[in-house]
Amino acid sequence: MLSLALPGASWAHRLPVGVKLAGLAVVMVGAMQLRDPWVIALALVGLVGLYASLGRAGLAAGLRAARSLFWIVAVILLWHLVTDQARLGLTLGLRVFLMVGLANFVTLTTPLPELIALIEWLAQPLSRLGLSPRLPALSVALMVRFIPILQGRFGQLGLAWRARSRRRPGSRLLAPLSFSLLDDAEHLAEALRARGGLAPRKQGKD
Amino acid sequence: MERNFTLVILFAALIAVLGLVPPIPLTFGVPISAQSLGVMLAGAVLGSWRGAAAVLVVHGVVALGLPVLAGGRGGLGVFTSPTVGFLIGWLPAAFVTGLVVERMRSLRVGIAAGIGAVIGGIVVLYLCGTVGLMVVLDKGPFEALMLSLPFIPGDLIKAALAGWLTQTIARYRPGALLSRA
Repeated sequence: MLSLALPGASWAHRLPVGVKLAGLAVVMVGAMQLRDPWVIALALVGLVGLYASLGRAGLAAGLRAARSLFWIVAVILLWHLVTDQARLGLTLGLRVFLMVGLANFVTLTTPLPELIALIEWLAQPLSRLGLSPRLPALSVALMVRFIPILQGRFGQLGLAWRARSRRRPGSRLLAPLSFSLLDDAEHLAEALRARGGLAPRKQGKD
Repeated sequence: MERNFTLVILFAALIAVLGLVPPIPLTFGVPISAQSLGVMLAGAVLGSWRGAAAVLVVHGVVALGLPVLAGGRGGLGVFTSPTVGFLIGWLPAAFVTGLVVERMRSLRVGIAAGIGAVIGGIVVLYLCGTVGLMVVLDKGPFEALMLSLPFIPGDLIKAALAGWLTQTIARYRPGALLSRA
């Protein structure tokens, strides 16, 4: 499971993550106000320039994200053509590309460890509630770790099914998958307890 | 404490994995992803608060830029796309599904989970999704709802599956059913 962030050290990678997120919030509010399709198209050209400044890999990653919007934008355009509001449809369709493209730019240029550090910093007040400030980062790490495990288990169950039957398994594998997931949760909880559990560490013991 | 935590995390992972299952195109061409089944199941099995917590972990991982949504989507961009309401709506969807299972104790758990999945995973979710479409696209509620109606038959199938799975879990792993603990 790889992060969507691009490897590299472009100018945008070097900006602090806080600056990028604050800038994104400001630009978003501005972009929501745009009503003229030509202005939005112009902003989109600027956005493409921004991606191009990351090099060819940046442009390719931006296009990949834009492609997943293709259908919803097609539906939006079609709807507005049918209801005779082509100009509004164009505004909305272009704005979708602009907004998603802007947010995605931050994701592409911010390495995962920087974001995790930000989360740990934001989570510091958790220790006042008697929870470890490492909890959010631990949650993310464990979840990401278990995605390939569950995926592998799903694949094994599929193979076992095909060894027994010619029909397609459909939704029948969901029950055994759930059981294995619940059993994993028990074992993982035991392992966590054995390593000191989720309570915050005592001062001076690190 | 540790067990509740790991259950929440593993249901979050399940939601992500169900997004990787190839979408099943229904007869009239609308693809449905299994991902919201994971949301319904998280609520029905873990209960209201923990079900919502599992969804929150998924949201966090999406915001961090990991491609865990159906179709390999992820990153901050999905929070500004027109379908953001359906993503944020997973939170109240899991919560309400869990709440129904917790409150309707006189019903068999599978039936309660099915009803909860319809109320939380369909009614509440579409309400949030429609509001999201209205905000991002400046639409009225009627037009926004029209855009999402084709997905409802698939979601009814998922709600039934969620009920059946919850009943199966209650039978073979009763200790894990935190919603009725």
